Amino acid sequence: MSLTTDNLFGINTQALNLWQRRSEVLASNMANADTPGYLARDIDFRKALTAASGGSDGNLALQTTAPGQIGSGSTASNAPLAYQIPSQPSMDGNTVDEQVQQADFAANSVHYQASLSFITAQIHMLRTAITGGQG
Amino acid sequence: MSLFSIFNVAGSGMAAQSVRLNTVASNLANADSVASSAQTAYRSKEPLFSQVQQQHTPGAGGAGSNTDDGAGNGVQVVGVTESQASIPSRYEPGNPLADADGYVYSSNVNPVDELVNMISASRSYQNNVEVMNTTKQLMLKTLTLGQ
Repeated sequence: MSLTTDNLFGINTQALNLWQRRSEVLASNMANADTPGYLARDIDFRKALTAASGGSDGNLALQTTAPGQIGSGSTASNAPLAYQIPSQPSMDGNTVDEQVQQADFAANSVHYQASLSFITAQIHMLRTAITGGQG
Repeated sequence: MSLFSIFNVAGSGMAAQSVRLNTVASNLANADSVASSAQTAYRSKEPLFSQVQQQHTPGAGGAGSNTDDGAGNGVQVVGVTESQASIPSRYEPGNPLADADGYVYSSNVNPVDELVNMISASRSYQNNVEVMNTTKQLMLKTLTLGQ
């Protein structure tokens, strides 16, 4: 096991990046909740995480057929954005559903903190291994 | 690309909503204003929102990152429009502002519209404040990573 940060914390660093990016997307949805014609965006987390971690964990890398597609070298920071499907139509063409955004944002921050906890636990484990349980 | 840009996004949302609250206050304050002609009568004002792309410093997102794809969009007020609804006129010959025929022209503010607007703006503002608070907590937790 080589001790680069990539495989030290496993998939958690990429997950952390993705949660961070998703919270940014959700924040801009909420900021534009009253902008006419604004289309709510979101990240397909499973797809993005698979793309971000593709190949590094023994999984098959994604094949790309055109530039701009997500290949195995893609990172969480350029995960593709999708459009949310609105639950009800609005007169000004805005597809932001504020309650949905709030719920997603709350869940997203819990997930972010979960990834942080995993990394912290990993650091504690390594520290225990280094100090032999003395420190 | 960091949690810091959420502060900019939520901040732009709060700024835009406060402009909206400002126009609501102005409209409600002038709801009973009268003028001596339809041209000078007070017209209901409403801000026009539009999404704005965050300014990314070149190279900050790393090579190959497409940061201009819709994430981190704030909101901006591109202008304040005036309502084109008809200006109601009243026959008040005793009013000092009355024109030659004895008519005064009041504003076309609809108080019900304005109150609905106010509630909506207030809720959106609170939303953005919550986003900022949550982001601040996340950043503080990230700072204490590993402790």
